Amino acid sequence: MKTAATLRLAVESALAGRISAPFVYRDRKICETVPSGIPEIDSLAGGLPRGSLTEICGPHCSGRTSILLSALALRTAQLEACALIDSRDAFDPHSAAAAGVKLNNLLWVRCQNVDHALRATDLLLQGGGFGLIALDLSDVPPETVRYVPLNAWFRFRKTVEDTPTILLLLEQEPHAKTCASLVLSLGMDSSRWTATSDASDFPPHGSLLDGFHIRAGLRRSKFESASATSISPDPGHQHHRRFASHNLETVFESKTSWGIPDGSWPADPKQK
Amino acid sequence: MAFAAIHFPNFPVQAVIRAEPPLRGAPVALVEGAPPVWNVVAANETAACMGIQIGMTRTLAEQFEGLQIRLRSLAQEIAAHAALLDLAWSISPRVEDTAADVLVIDVAGLASLFGSDENIANLLMQQVVAFGFTAHVAIASNLEAAIHAARGLRGITLIAPGEESKRLGALPVSVLGASVEILETLELWGVRTCEALAALPVLQVSERLGQQGVQLHEWARGARARAMVLAEPRITFEEEMELEDSVEELEPLSFLLGRLLDRLYMRLTARSLAANAVHVQFALDPVGRKDVQIRNDDSRRKKKSSMYEKALTLPVPMRDSKMLLNLLRLQLQGDPPSAPILKIVISAEAAKPRAVQTGLFVPPSPDIAKLELTIARLTNFVGDGNIGSPQLVNTHRPGEFRMNLFAPSREGEKSLRKAAVAANALALAKTPATRAHDFADSKPAIGFRMFRPPLPASVQLYADRPKRVSFRGAHGEVLAASGPWRSSGDWWREDEWHQDEWDLEIRFHIPPGRQAKSPASCPQHGLYRLYFDSIVQGWFVRGIYD
Repeated sequence: MKTAATLRLAVESALAGRISAPFVYRDRKICETVPSGIPEIDSLAGGLPRGSLTEICGPHCSGRTSILLSALALRTAQLEACALIDSRDAFDPHSAAAAGVKLNNLLWVRCQNVDHALRATDLLLQGGGFGLIALDLSDVPPETVRYVPLNAWFRFRKTVEDTPTILLLLEQEPHAKTCASLVLSLGMDSSRWTATSDASDFPPHGSLLDGFHIRAGLRRSKFESASATSISPDPGHQHHRRFASHNLETVFESKTSWGIPDGSWPADPKQK
Repeated sequence: MAFAAIHFPNFPVQAVIRAEPPLRGAPVALVEGAPPVWNVVAANETAACMGIQIGMTRTLAEQFEGLQIRLRSLAQEIAAHAALLDLAWSISPRVEDTAADVLVIDVAGLASLFGSDENIANLLMQQVVAFGFTAHVAIASNLEAAIHAARGLRGITLIAPGEESKRLGALPVSVLGASVEILETLELWGVRTCEALAALPVLQVSERLGQQGVQLHEWARGARARAMVLAEPRITFEEEMELEDSVEELEPLSFLLGRLLDRLYMRLTARSLAANAVHVQFALDPVGRKDVQIRNDDSRRKKKSSMYEKALTLPVPMRDSKMLLNLLRLQLQGDPPSAPILKIVISAEAAKPRAVQTGLFVPPSPDIAKLELTIARLTNFVGDGNIGSPQLVNTHRPGEFRMNLFAPSREGEKSLRKAAVAANALALAKTPATRAHDFADSKPAIGFRMFRPPLPASVQLYADRPKRVSFRGAHGEVLAASGPWRSSGDWWREDEWHQDEWDLEIRFHIPPGRQAKSPASCPQHGLYRLYFDSIVQGWFVRGIYD
């Protein structure tokens, strides 16, 4: 009768050349994460994982671009090269610069359709060396993105695995299914204006858009939950951890660059 | 003091073989002249052994089986000679461009680098072979003696000081480069070797052959010394190739481009330089393949051909010819020439190679060469001008920017590391309460998405403020508004602008059926920026806050 060791040797020799260590347990659930620049998102999801596909979903005006710009600002501030594949040429360099994105560290690929965007993502992932690659399908109707075959997302996931690249996918609905390690869904909660009034003679130029509240939910995370951990505010500090996912929803605020600074609000501001 | 002379026998033939490496080892003869009278002007040793003689007609030469006949090409000889000069400058900065087939290098002081004269001669021979040539090398303390020894003696020759006369003695007087008349005179006298010429009394030689005779007498003795005439190092690197048959397909063209690039980069490498930019010129054949007119060599020469030019600017100086070939292929795929190609000229702008110091803690960045190739591939399908780094322009025109080449900046790397260390220390010193307060202050900036081009909209005003908005088939009611924020500019130009901008919070009325079909794409509620263009008198949606 064959012993376990003999059987193990036989299996390893049969799989030699195809699978390097079939009996070695590879813990895929621990990954390196970096802050997104939004503490609430970092508390919810533990940061953006490197070497993984992260989906950020939501309808128009749900905060996807705000999260994208925040992540780009942090990565480019760390002198990492970043790439944005823009399927509908919607990127605004002015708001990006106001958000702190170093534009000379950002490669912007302005595509005309989803096919070009997918091909561009393929090429950039194959080239490697980017700290963050974002594929922006926010303005593409979900029924169009649904036609993207699953093996495309699988190929992206496999390519980015074991690399330090963060792959972000911005869309209206999640489509990558199990290929995404982290899925966040966003929605607009309420807007903020510097002053509001129901009076008919209230001048519209007496009010500025100050920002809006965004509700973020953790739809899926491939990583194990753990006890709560502290998060360093230092944007350069990176973690190797199993991050907490006990808060499934959170709300955070985004702010316009011309809004009233915090601490100097009017006496009784009304939120809409 | 020592000089190394390098002689390239049958240089015109070697220049042609350099352009066509498969001809190496084969009997090759070059013809020149006005058709139909073409005569052989050069032939290599193998062809000479077959019986090919200089002056033979082409028709007669074609009778020899296996003989490869080519047209003499001055352009290839110029390029080959430039390559040989680069080879020489890679050994020593003091080079004399003596003749098309002879170079002289001052090897004084090179012993500390390369060792003995024999080592130097061997190194020269290796470099010559690597460049695709055959040569004879001679080293002597007398420049003229080195030249004549290289012309007359095969392989490597080392002449010790004082032995010039002895070593040159057996050589025929023809190696001294005398005129035809003097050679005939010497032949009549029975003077055939340098030793015999050196034995003649110089006074009588002067009386009968003049100053040139005296010069030849001194050369035969290896006694005449002169200073080197240094050649100026060239900064242009150019290779060209004339094709006997025009090339139309990309694959054979790529093969020829690869060969030219290899030669170009070999020369750059020999001079420790890299290419900053590469310019490619094609001379096109205006008569296409479908033309039924029978063409001969004469008619092809007479027709004027148009040119196709392409310039490839590299982000950093590079020496990878394979990568550059791939970039050229991608460019040609995107913008192919309009006619078959008759001649290729490639030139490179030289620059010092980039020195990069990597570090253990440097953040990841793309490899420059691979990135350039990736960007070229992307440009092929997204189009020129749609890839790069955006740069804000110093203007108040809304949404104005320009696209630059993507070149990630490393500025501030040291200060970044210092800041990271300081921030880490500060974070460790903070209490949890302080950290919570810090979180409350760090709100992300709001994102904005542009509509390019801006969407036409229909706006109903009430008391000079937007009340209802319609665009892209959606109708909505304005819940909150901020504006108008007026801006204008460039009034002195044709594209002046004059706009009143509004930030609007809009609630859309969506039919229940449409909402159920695709709820995400039918926004119920959103923050938009609209503007009224006073020049065209119309409303447009600039973008959405996201």
